[in-house]
Amino acid sequence: MSLLEFARGPAIHWSLIILTVGILWRLLGVLALTRGADLSRPRDAFGNFKGYRTVFSRSWPAGEFTTATMFQTSVAYVFHLSTLIVVFGVTPHIEFITGLTGWAWPGLPNAVGVGFGVMALGSLLAMILRRLSKPAVYCSNTGDFITWVLVALPLLTGLLAFGHLGARYETLLALHILSVCALFIWFPFSKLMHAFWFVFSRAQSGIVYAHKGVRI
Amino acid sequence: MSNSPSLGEVLDSQGFSRRDFLRFCTAAASVMALPASIAPTMAEALAATRRPSVIWLSFQECTGCTEALTRSAAPSIESLIFNFISLDYHHTLQAAAGDAAEHAREQAEEANAGQYLVLVDGSVPTRAHCSTIAGISNLDMLKTSAANAAAIINIGTCSAYGGLPMAEPNPTGAVPVGEIITDKPIVNVPGCPPMPLAITGVIAHYLTLGQLPPTDHLGRPLAFFGENIHDRCYRRPFYDRGQFAESFDDEGARKGWCLYKLGCKAPVTYNACANLKWNQGTSFPIQSGHGCLGCSEPRFWDAGGFYESVARGRFETGSKLGLAAAGGAAAGAAAAVLAQRKKKRLAAEHAEQDSDAH
Repeated sequence: MSLLEFARGPAIHWSLIILTVGILWRLLGVLALTRGADLSRPRDAFGNFKGYRTVFSRSWPAGEFTTATMFQTSVAYVFHLSTLIVVFGVTPHIEFITGLTGWAWPGLPNAVGVGFGVMALGSLLAMILRRLSKPAVYCSNTGDFITWVLVALPLLTGLLAFGHLGARYETLLALHILSVCALFIWFPFSKLMHAFWFVFSRAQSGIVYAHKGVRI
Repeated sequence: MSNSPSLGEVLDSQGFSRRDFLRFCTAAASVMALPASIAPTMAEALAATRRPSVIWLSFQECTGCTEALTRSAAPSIESLIFNFISLDYHHTLQAAAGDAAEHAREQAEEANAGQYLVLVDGSVPTRAHCSTIAGISNLDMLKTSAANAAAIINIGTCSAYGGLPMAEPNPTGAVPVGEIITDKPIVNVPGCPPMPLAITGVIAHYLTLGQLPPTDHLGRPLAFFGENIHDRCYRRPFYDRGQFAESFDDEGARKGWCLYKLGCKAPVTYNACANLKWNQGTSFPIQSGHGCLGCSEPRFWDAGGFYESVARGRFETGSKLGLAAAGGAAAGAAAAVLAQRKKKRLAAEHAEQDSDAH
């Protein structure tokens, strides 16, 4: 079995299984832990609505923080949107998803995919440099750095595979898939779960604050 | 061999002009990425060479490799190969049969010990009685013929990497030649079938320079297998623009767009099909509208469906992932129930302590 066969076969299969088990385990494990009812009189009659609104309103910093957080907010947006476009817009990725789900849609031209890939990697680099230069702001732990490496590797190997740079294409493709496998395995047990948690945590915060009459 | 006529004498006697010969040498030199200036030297060297004895062993194969070499639509430079060598044994092509044929092989091996080439097409079965020639198992014949050979050239994917006979479940226990013979120089010229010019090019290189050509990690001559087909494909611009045929009769297919989504294995296949093409440079599979099968790669029969694109995962999608989802949900629910119980137990203990205190 070649490295590519291993990557396309058992490696990606088992990493998907771990991803699926891990995400559902963590989601249900937390969401099924219901909170006790707050018996106090709500100070805002529309508390629940405002809580749900918070899911969207917290996508941008509050006015007084706009200037101070402009850099990381902008760079984070560039990273997230670029990564999203690369993951769902590049033809080989669509092919993989089609093989898994049967869903298909038109892909982007290669040059566009490479452009967004470079933007994603560049913004990721900018964010780690900021994190390293301001340790007091981020209070990073080892897990944060492992996460950064495991997110950066698929982008890097993907770009190298696209450009046939550094090694033979099948080797780069195998390394790209294996790096994605590592990301899938790490995902449910790391802060990358914010991809799911952000909805619930924002909504919960919004509901609690609204119940107490805090301006949100 | 020392008493046999030189190649030049043979070619003269058969009416080949020096122009034809030089044309072959120039083409062979260029496809092997040798400097153009070597063509006259190559011609001189080949003309003076005594034809080397070649033992061609056909094991578990379909004769396609021999067909590729001999069934040219018109006389071509590939057909000259039979003038460069003394083909002393090829049981598909030779007139002799039975004991006479085997005797010819034994005689050639004895007379040219240490100097003859062994060309093999077909994989070697390791289970007894799966394939024999004149009562001799393929395995024994290979070992005997290889013992005194100067070098071995594997013609086609079956002898190079096992090919179709070695595909799962491999009923004959087939193996490639390289797994049996480990003490001789071996060059693989894979393909199903291999490109005729790659076969003749390797032989010409050996005859001219006295050594086998440089190879990649899979033992393939770099001159023919150094680049993947995707990089040389004339449909590559469509791949780059994201224009793909989605089926074999849609608009994309009619317009000649990229066949990647239809399972083309060109990105992971190393061969010279896109440069040299087949049938005197007429066409190659992708040009005729079908994706590359990856036939010059190891395990190409088992490494994925011919119509599944390279990017697709190779595993069953539904059942195991569904089970994983159910398992994850169950684990999460169980974790939540346990946490709730712990929370209630702690609350009860706390309440008890409170009442005791009061």
